[in-house]
Amino acid sequence: MTVLPWLNHLIIVPVLLPLIVGALMIPINQKRHGLKFGLGLASGMLLWAVAVALLVLADGGYWPGGIGVYLAANWAAPFGIALVADRLSALMLVLTATIALAVLVFSARRWDRVGVSFHPLFQFLLMGLNGAFLTNDLFNLFVFFEVMLAASYGLVLHGYNLRRIQAGMQYIAVNLVASLVFLIGVSLIYAASGTLNIADLGARVALLGAQDAWLLQVGAAVLALAFLTKGAMWPLGFWLPTTYASASAPVGAMLVLMTKVGVYAVLRVWLAVFGEGAGAAEGFGFAALTLGGMATVLFGAIGMLASQDGGRMAGYGAIVSSGTLLAVIGHSGGAVLASGLYYLLGSTLAMAAFMLLIELTERIRPPGAALIAITMEAFAIEDKPEDPVGVGIPGTLAFLGLSFAACALVIAGMPPLAGFVAKFSLFHAMLAAAPEGVPATTWGLIGLMILAGLAAIIALMRLGVRTFWAAGAVTPPRLQFSEAVPVGALVILCVLLTVQAGTVFDYLDRTTAGLLRSGDYAARVLGEPPVLRAPGAEGAR
Amino acid sequence: MELVLAISVGVVFGAGIWLILRPRTFQLITGLLLMSYAVNLVIFAMGRLWVDKPPITPTPAIDPAQFADPLPQGLVLTAIVIGFATTALYLVMMIGARGLSGSDHVDGEEPRE
Repeated sequence: MTVLPWLNHLIIVPVLLPLIVGALMIPINQKRHGLKFGLGLASGMLLWAVAVALLVLADGGYWPGGIGVYLAANWAAPFGIALVADRLSALMLVLTATIALAVLVFSARRWDRVGVSFHPLFQFLLMGLNGAFLTNDLFNLFVFFEVMLAASYGLVLHGYNLRRIQAGMQYIAVNLVASLVFLIGVSLIYAASGTLNIADLGARVALLGAQDAWLLQVGAAVLALAFLTKGAMWPLGFWLPTTYASASAPVGAMLVLMTKVGVYAVLRVWLAVFGEGAGAAEGFGFAALTLGGMATVLFGAIGMLASQDGGRMAGYGAIVSSGTLLAVIGHSGGAVLASGLYYLLGSTLAMAAFMLLIELTERIRPPGAALIAITMEAFAIEDKPEDPVGVGIPGTLAFLGLSFAACALVIAGMPPLAGFVAKFSLFHAMLAAAPEGVPATTWGLIGLMILAGLAAIIALMRLGVRTFWAAGAVTPPRLQFSEAVPVGALVILCVLLTVQAGTVFDYLDRTTAGLLRSGDYAARVLGEPPVLRAPGAEGAR
Repeated sequence: MELVLAISVGVVFGAGIWLILRPRTFQLITGLLLMSYAVNLVIFAMGRLWVDKPPITPTPAIDPAQFADPLPQGLVLTAIVIGFATTALYLVMMIGARGLSGSDHVDGEEPRE
């Protein structure tokens, strides 16, 4: 091969595009919101198109085995950094781009002005997220985590007030320590195996001697500490509810996605390294993930019942969702994993919509507005009710109520929406996976998930009743189209996910089948040849 | 040499852990700095310890056991730069918190007696 097919370059676009657009935005004057928003939106749409294209390419058999490999700087796999677009990465990219578009449109009305540099930071956050989903190198994963976190530090503080600073201090401190732990894990793994390439690591793990295999397991456990801090597994996730409750609505919606990055990293590394064919290390840590996930679900469910305001409740909801996913990853098995990924899609979309919705419903009650009044004054934003920009939509309360109900149904896992389909298929797969007697942990997990659903429905109903049925205190807020449309779109996506469950499950079955064949993955990544120079081209290096 | 390095990493890291558990932001950031130094030493040592060995060879077909591993050196540089940047970011944040809350406690308010 002398020339790389141009479609292969699409793999690096989700990293480069937000980087370039974000960098271009920095010199633009703070006051030109329209231009920055336009650039950000264009970048978001392009990213979405590229992500969908990657998904079609990965699933359509364009690459052998559905795995596209991009060798950065043209170095062959274990030496250089390889970016890998398989079905799972492509799916996460589409999810990221979808939520990012909704959040961008939502923030256009007001939030991008409540502070400086919202749009560039948002682009850098997207770059970090996309990079973390695409990379196949542990140290490169660290770098993309840091890009993502550095942008999120800025965004969490966005709309600077005392509450955000207090929460942000803890969020940043916890994540800085987690980053250091990440580095220790990476260095232990390198010391044990001599490689940082995930596919190569998976291929080598069975060949390690007893002592090195032991060191590798220690390293992987330390690394998991860092991932699980991001993924908020109990007892590493105490930072999360405070951060969610104090972050501004658009940032909160992106934070929902960021906890999923931690879960994704665990899934990717564990299935590739400790999946089938890992020799003595096979199955290392899966039981711990199941138990930890179960503890997390319980913690989140109790937290949801105990929380009073919407943001905090959403935070605990995110904890329940990551706990469920971790338990499912630990449980392993193809059909269970496919249902888990379906649960990830539904719960992420619903949680993101819920974060945006909370901010809108808080306008029903006047005290909510006071919170941002100071920053709005500081940045001289006028929020006149008779503002001619945009038209208030009719039937706001009906819209808010219906969206709230839809989100609540998905989060709690009640019929008829996606949450129910996900939970039902999870139970079915877990019970079907053990025909000769279901182990106690599986029963425990099923019980906990039902309990968490009950807790969620109680907590959300209480919040809904207090918000929408509060006697005399309800005044329909004015909503703009640009605020209502993203929430509505995310809710409709949840409905579509339910209606098209068959198609989605087919895709997810192919995804998990690919994930479980870690040998093929390693062979594909390590076998990708670099582009050679044409024989006639001028001088060798 | 391994023992000396291991002990110094342990002492520095331990001091860092003690400091990040303290209530004032200055102690916290000093602790984070110390911990990141210790981590950098760990990364540096992970390619085994070498003395007076060049990391890169211009000619191929030479016994690689005679050379130091260049990768950890590259990694530690990246880690130093990233650690430096995030620490600077945290310092800015601390100054903001101090200005807004009037307290240098990590909770943003003085503990109630």
